[in-house]
Amino acid sequence: MTEHSPLPDDLFDIAVIGAGVVGCALTRAFAMAGARVILLEKAHDILDGASKGNSAILHTGFDAPVGSLEAACVAAGHAEYLDIHDRLGLPVMKTGALVIAWTEDEEAALPALMEQARQNGVNDVHFLDRTALREAEPGLGAAARAAFRVPREYLIDPWAAPLAYLTQAMAHGAALRRNCPVTDGAFDGTGWRLTTPQGTVRTKAVINAAGLYGDRVDQMLLGRSNFTIRPRKGQFVVYDKPAFDLATHILLPVPSKTTKGIVVCRTIWGNLLVGPTAEEQEDRETAVLVPATLDALRRRGEEILPALAQHDITALYAGLRPATEEKEYRVTRHPENMVTVGGIRSTGLSAALGLARHILDGWPQGFGQGDGQGTGWTAPATVWPKVPNISEAGPRDWQSPGHGGILCHCEMVTEREVAAALTGPLAARSLAGLKRRTRVTMGRCQGYHCAARLGQVTDGVFSQPMVPEDG
Amino acid sequence: MVYSASRWCPKMADLPQNPAVVIVGSGPAGLAAATLLAEAGVGPVIVLERAATPGGVPRHCAHSPYGLREFRRLMTGPAYARALVARAKAAGVTIHSGVNVTQLLPGPEVAVTSDVGPARIAARLVMLATGARESTRAQRMIGGTKPAGVLSTGALQALIHEDGLIPFRRPVILGTELVSFSALLTCRLAGIRPMAMIEETGRTTARKPSGLLPFALGIPLLTGTSVAEVEGRDRVTGIRMAGAHADRLGADGLIVTGRFRPEAALLPQSHLVRDPGTGGPEVDQFGRCSDPCYFASGNLLRPVETAGWCWAEGRSVGEAMLRTLKGTLAPDPGLRIGSSGVSAMVPQRIAPGTDPALDRLQIRVAVPSRGRLSLQVDGSEVAGRDLRALPERRIVLPLPRPDALQIEVRLAQDQQEGP
Repeated sequence: MTEHSPLPDDLFDIAVIGAGVVGCALTRAFAMAGARVILLEKAHDILDGASKGNSAILHTGFDAPVGSLEAACVAAGHAEYLDIHDRLGLPVMKTGALVIAWTEDEEAALPALMEQARQNGVNDVHFLDRTALREAEPGLGAAARAAFRVPREYLIDPWAAPLAYLTQAMAHGAALRRNCPVTDGAFDGTGWRLTTPQGTVRTKAVINAAGLYGDRVDQMLLGRSNFTIRPRKGQFVVYDKPAFDLATHILLPVPSKTTKGIVVCRTIWGNLLVGPTAEEQEDRETAVLVPATLDALRRRGEEILPALAQHDITALYAGLRPATEEKEYRVTRHPENMVTVGGIRSTGLSAALGLARHILDGWPQGFGQGDGQGTGWTAPATVWPKVPNISEAGPRDWQSPGHGGILCHCEMVTEREVAAALTGPLAARSLAGLKRRTRVTMGRCQGYHCAARLGQVTDGVFSQPMVPEDG
Repeated sequence: MVYSASRWCPKMADLPQNPAVVIVGSGPAGLAAATLLAEAGVGPVIVLERAATPGGVPRHCAHSPYGLREFRRLMTGPAYARALVARAKAAGVTIHSGVNVTQLLPGPEVAVTSDVGPARIAARLVMLATGARESTRAQRMIGGTKPAGVLSTGALQALIHEDGLIPFRRPVILGTELVSFSALLTCRLAGIRPMAMIEETGRTTARKPSGLLPFALGIPLLTGTSVAEVEGRDRVTGIRMAGAHADRLGADGLIVTGRFRPEAALLPQSHLVRDPGTGGPEVDQFGRCSDPCYFASGNLLRPVETAGWCWAEGRSVGEAMLRTLKGTLAPDPGLRIGSSGVSAMVPQRIAPGTDPALDRLQIRVAVPSRGRLSLQVDGSEVAGRDLRALPERRIVLPLPRPDALQIEVRLAQDQQEGP
């Protein structure tokens, strides 16, 4: 079944609503366990909501509330990512993190945070006094007093990871529908009928992974929701590649009750970023860039790494976290064959694989093919499709022959990479989707040099073209 | 989708191993130098161009005036670019398009990649002529959402010229530099009708007669006004402004023009010294970099000058390269010129020798300025004038003597004008 063919009449085991990182990981876990899964996404492409803007860190969960589901899922997600990343072609940059105290009060808080880390099973944290800290990060501002190192906080590609999860899920038979919002649904005691613009989806069970719309999907399908999404905006400043060398660790502040605070870290693509802010807002769709806030972010970045003042900005972006009235994840099993995976805030990228495993392990019934009813079904051999590497952590396409030439000169994206991202079952459906798959136009010129060529290769390809139809 | 990589990037398996000169960039400066050197018979001269077609920025500027200095007739940008390419080829220059330089190495040697994969090319001399690009929306810290339809002049011109694509109908143009009026002319030729041109400072940056163009075309020019916020999710639906015209325009696009910066991404990872003022390589009056096997010319040195200026500069630096190849211009680090009160200056060093390639000091200010600009040599003013200047405008002083012991360019501000 391709994404363009009519929805099949047959029964799915599970419909996952929302193709963010959590939805992609859930789809993978269930498809690989033998379930018939369909993933429904309302946007033009996957990763279009909360998953499109984050700090791209693979956390250990050292600072999560002890004993929380979040702590467990982040730890499990971290472990599984390291276990599978190679086989899926996913990069990891093993930088480690420093939690840095800038004031006396923050310094006094370090021992308790280190103890919390140990209680969360992160036993390899260790303290650095001022001298050791300066040795570890010579570029830090003079006010840095002390820190502790969390060696297994790493950098990953926040878009390649879910793309790989879904690619593997689809290789195991999962179906994907984009531009396919669920507009209504009915549970008849044994299964669901979900209404979408592309037709009705029949499924035994539903998993709500709708991120910023998690509460609304609960309301729509169940008539109730036990949480309310309170979108929390995070703005970021990205510096040009020469700034990559200013720091080796992920530089974390001492966290507050509501946020991990402003981070300075490298990106897996060779940049340096400063962010995010934490700003509550009503709007679930748009994250507006505010110059005054970004200026403050830049100034904070220059306090942390004074040499940043001499570096060029490459990009600004803002994301929305699906926060709720509580810090803990909002995972609920409903009697109507439905599970809600809601309120997955900043740590979703790290926790996704762990969350998926958690939901799968707690699943009450078996699946159509593998329910142990003596049908003789055995799970097919696991396949490990590799996603292309676009990070600086591995060899790039431009370094091998036959790449067709460079299309995006700032990010060294080849014609062959763009062509690959525009074909196949998970082909990019929007310019934003193509950017996330290849990094075209995301470098220092922001499209000055490649907009024209990009206009050519995407002409007539996207549902929302680069150029308006009436143009 | 119809996709053909080969149509875009012709197979290029014949990179010469040891050319006399490698020129990086095929705009007016690079082609002028290449032509001069090839005509002088220095040996193989190759030009490496990362785009699909050579010619640089002018190849997308479908309006006049181009070519007066070089061809003694009025041409459009694309015709001018084609003429420069034809002249270079006639002189024996080999132009390789679709080749990206990835690294500059001592030797000199450049690392490249193209469809045939990575390679290295050694030469006797290398010229960097990679030009400049406009500042982006991010660099200008423009707030709001990030919909499609926010473009630089360069991207707009390439979209229209190469693809025949019209990205919007009623955009706002931000900026009033020469390039901003180029954007205006491009819009007009494409049937796009800008809603307004807006300028953050109190007056138009470009000199007359360009500044009169919006009035002639009936397009409002709003000075003292900035972009506060871009609105729209998938596409631009409005531009909110701040300042003198704190208003909202129902525009469907934003053209972010000017504030050029050198296309100098190869420098930070190289052994060459970068000048923090210009962002380009540090050069002496012969266009020589800190490694005397490397030369540079054109807008890489100093955003931003006209195509004609870059062409003349490319020729002059080409002559200095010719003298170097003949052994009549010896390498010498020379003396670094000090500066105060100005934001950028080129050349930054003065070396011994006559017949400079850069025959004036080119200076820029970061903010609208008024005051005394003076060239101090060994403690006394040898040239100076009372100056009233805007950022992005050309300011020149005579070149100081190479035998000085101390040189400084000084701008003593009377007052700093508000924006």
